[in-house]
Amino acid sequence: MADGPVAELLLRRLEASDGGLDSAELAAELGMEHQAVVGAVKSLQALGEVIEAELRSTKRWELTAEGEEIAREGSHEARVFRSIPPEGLAQSELMRLPSGKVGFSKAMSNKWIRVDKSAADGPRVFRVVDSMEDEVQRRLQLVRGGQAEKLGEKERSELRKRKLLAEVILKTYWVSKGSAFSTSISKQETELSPEMISSGSWRDRPFKPYNFLAHGVLPDSGHLHPLLKVRSQFRQIFLEMGFTEMPTDNFIESSFWNFDALFQPQQHPARDQHDTFFLRDPAEALQLPMDYVQRVKRTHSQGGYGSQGYKYNWKLDEARKNLLRTHTTSASARALYRLAQKKPFTPVKYFSIDRVFRNETLDATHLAEFHQIEGVVADHGLTLGHLMGVLREFFTKLGITQLRFKPAYNPYTEPSMEVFSYHQGLKKWVEVGNSGVFRPEMLLPMGLPENVSVIAWGLSLERPTMIKYGINNIRELVGHKVNLQMVYDSPLCRLDAEPRPPPTQEAA
Amino acid sequence: MPTVSVKRDLLFQALGRTYSECRPYTLGPTPLLGGWTSEKEIISKEQGNVKAAGASDVVLYKIDVPANRYDLLCLEGLVRGLQVFKERIKAPVYKRVMPDGKIQKLIITEETAKIRPFAVAAVLRNIKFTKDRYDSFIELQEKLHQNICRKRALVAIGTHDLDTLSGPFTYTAKRPSDIKFKPLNKTKEYTACELMNIYKTDNHLKHYLHIIENKPLYPVIYDSNGVVLSMPPIINGDHSRITVNTRNIFIECTGTDFTKAKIVLDIIVTMFSEYCENQFTVEAAEVVFPNGKSHTFPELAYRKEMVRADLINKKVGIRETPENLAKLLTRMYLKSEVIGDGNQIEIEIPPTRADIIHACDIVEDAAIAYGYNNIQMTLPKTYTIANQFPLNKLTELLRHDMAAAGFTEALTFALCSQEDIADKLGVDISATKAVHISNPKTAEFQVARTTLLPGLLKTIAANRKMPLPLKLFEISDIVIKDSNTDVGAKNYRHLCAVYYNKNPGFEIIHGLLDRIMQLLDVLPGEDKGGYVIKASEGPAFFPGRCAEIFARGQSVGKLGVLHPDVITKFELTMPCSSLEINIGPFL
Repeated sequence: MADGPVAELLLRRLEASDGGLDSAELAAELGMEHQAVVGAVKSLQALGEVIEAELRSTKRWELTAEGEEIAREGSHEARVFRSIPPEGLAQSELMRLPSGKVGFSKAMSNKWIRVDKSAADGPRVFRVVDSMEDEVQRRLQLVRGGQAEKLGEKERSELRKRKLLAEVILKTYWVSKGSAFSTSISKQETELSPEMISSGSWRDRPFKPYNFLAHGVLPDSGHLHPLLKVRSQFRQIFLEMGFTEMPTDNFIESSFWNFDALFQPQQHPARDQHDTFFLRDPAEALQLPMDYVQRVKRTHSQGGYGSQGYKYNWKLDEARKNLLRTHTTSASARALYRLAQKKPFTPVKYFSIDRVFRNETLDATHLAEFHQIEGVVADHGLTLGHLMGVLREFFTKLGITQLRFKPAYNPYTEPSMEVFSYHQGLKKWVEVGNSGVFRPEMLLPMGLPENVSVIAWGLSLERPTMIKYGINNIRELVGHKVNLQMVYDSPLCRLDAEPRPPPTQEAA
Repeated sequence: MPTVSVKRDLLFQALGRTYSECRPYTLGPTPLLGGWTSEKEIISKEQGNVKAAGASDVVLYKIDVPANRYDLLCLEGLVRGLQVFKERIKAPVYKRVMPDGKIQKLIITEETAKIRPFAVAAVLRNIKFTKDRYDSFIELQEKLHQNICRKRALVAIGTHDLDTLSGPFTYTAKRPSDIKFKPLNKTKEYTACELMNIYKTDNHLKHYLHIIENKPLYPVIYDSNGVVLSMPPIINGDHSRITVNTRNIFIECTGTDFTKAKIVLDIIVTMFSEYCENQFTVEAAEVVFPNGKSHTFPELAYRKEMVRADLINKKVGIRETPENLAKLLTRMYLKSEVIGDGNQIEIEIPPTRADIIHACDIVEDAAIAYGYNNIQMTLPKTYTIANQFPLNKLTELLRHDMAAAGFTEALTFALCSQEDIADKLGVDISATKAVHISNPKTAEFQVARTTLLPGLLKTIAANRKMPLPLKLFEISDIVIKDSNTDVGAKNYRHLCAVYYNKNPGFEIIHGLLDRIMQLLDVLPGEDKGGYVIKASEGPAFFPGRCAEIFARGQSVGKLGVLHPDVITKFELTMPCSSLEINIGPFL
């Protein structure tokens, strides 16, 4: 604990000391483990400015267990020498001594002893000299006395090779008085407890300071998917603008509603196998509104409603072909057709956000399915200026204020305009949506009054989401290969808020 | 949107002035500069620097052209459009003239009826090519083939040196083995069968073979001496090939769409009659149909349309005088004048503008000439009360409370493999009532999902490095065949949740169900439309660990511990429990 007896001793010694003290020396003086002193230093450090402690590391030579034994009792070779009486000793007997094997060869090479191999009862060992100096013991005793520096580098390494000596690194603290030094440190409380509150003892107790640099513990929680968070915001924007949500819960659509009803000719490339998923089962739509179908057929093949038409052989079989809808405009067509059946005509504002499917080549920004956002307004006398005005309000809610409009071609809108916004990051105009006024050839066969115009626009949900959340590969966002950590970490979606600056690129 | 590449210097030369490259918008009305590059850069991007070394580094402009403006697909048309827009020239009038001598005749035989019944033809007389003009002529045909001709399926163009041929020409269809000729760029004769084999490895032509490949008869055009002009839509004969020095060109367009064949012919002759001795005149050709009736082409029809000025103003949201509107339209290559009561505008639609099929197309051109960005933005006064789609409203509410219950939202694909919804769940595909896609490029898009479970399990498999437990949910649509709907299939809004951990955690998934029912205000118990779970079985579940969920008097789904086979097949290693219900009944 921060204020155990060791800490108190340390503080008292420090008060008496001149400048500071070394933790290892203190441990030696107090006759305790160095680790206990280190613990006291650390707990005092945690109190703030009571002490200052500087970590120092020193190298020291220490005897190994075997080295200790030799320092005490002499080297193996000395012990062998001493155990040989003047009349000699049988070699076999000598080898049985504890130091026998190691000591014999060392004593031989020191030329302290000799072997008489011709003795009657086996080889016998005799002393060669009368006395010897046990240099190994003397050196180890020097090290034990803290005078390792008196030995030469070579001598030390020889002892180390014999595993009698080892070099150890000792980490010690140089402890000095801190700016708030005091010897009277009382124990600090870590947390407020119910007992303290009831007894009122919290008034007299110091509390350990918190480390506000540490991270908190994240709450256990579920998370919403970023793309669907953005979807919620787009729904919100449409609802704020008074747009009613269209039903789009039919992924399967007939070519009729997906293309023909939109005055998209049957030879249009979008109706190619390469671009659209057609169905094998159920391959064909079971019912189509036949009188409306006849009007659509006539408009395509012969014209009408002021149109020249496309003048080709329109085929019902082609219109019956089922597919995975390639845009939610098929749902808009159904909604407008329903609207046209209600008399008298009432103006509407519609929106939808749902999945669409394209049999496309996949890459980092294209998947076979994505979400389309679509807005539609039907009223008497709507103009291109109205379309641009609605788009301005819509994009302002997304935080996009600089808009430009470029002519474009769509089979079912005329006029058509692509919407561009200035991208601050990319420093250029980027396409943010497509829009137009639905063609009379689409609206009049439905039965909508002639002076009713329908303006519409669309964009993908994925693109603004990828920009919003800084995601470069669409697979990390949509589909099962999603990075769940990204889902866990993604912030709220506030489309009109300034985006967070992108993280600075780390050096590779 | 097609992109047309034109050489900058040729464009400037034709326009008679240069433009600053930093202001591409000045270049005009509809075409917008998509960027500029050079042949060298294009090849370098596509094939690497080595091959680009010898290529030209002449600056090319890449111009985006709306998909229905076939008259802007070549330099000639672009320049003419821009010059008219800038009021530097008046739109030329294209004239069909009868030849001094005999008219060229193309006779269609009835054999073509089943394969490629239509043909039209025309003659460009006394044309003067240069290398650039010739290249542009070839390039325009290619652009038309790729766009309006739909990769030659609807229309195919053949252009021939008329001086090497002698009419009348016959357009017929024959057995492939009976057609033999020397095709363009080959040195010897081949039968049609041989050619189809040879072209299988031709990177350009192999894309067109399917149009006639399996037909008993192939279309072919002969001259009066039996010389093959072309075998549409694949290849022309070498005999009549055109060169820079060709002076008289016979053009034939064959196809399955008569209207488009006529448009294509009109575009080619209007664009290139500019280089004829009598500028903008085209020599007529006669086409005799199998019924004996004769038609003269090209049509080069001019049509008059009347549009009231106030209609244009009302549709665009501007207030321009009829005279100004007529001027704007004239600049868009639609010669217009104010007539009658002074509010009526008469517009002449030239043969180059086949895209104008309704007054709304004229309104658009007026708006483009006025400048979209000059139109005053206004808000419509349409007063409406917004409503949410009830199913989506319920979904939105549930999503938030599922997350509040500690589950994380996944977003998985609606399309998947048969294996995902059948084999991996221990079900036979025929039992799934799934809708099947006829033309998937990969197995990932074979069917629409019939359950959300596979998507969630695949999400877990892709996130095995994440700390356990993994608790995921998704609320989205699945699709089931249903003969009671007009298309024969129906979406159902499902809620699926999985718990993946070292223990199966059935009690957690069961608890989640209890929480969902609480949120939906459905009480426990079978009475009064409450909910109850009853022991059940399912191939995807561990025996004895599956229950069916009944609520509001009907079965709404199942929950349980997944079968170890299912876990293994989705490449998972831990126990997992799941819940999937249809939320439609709770609306």
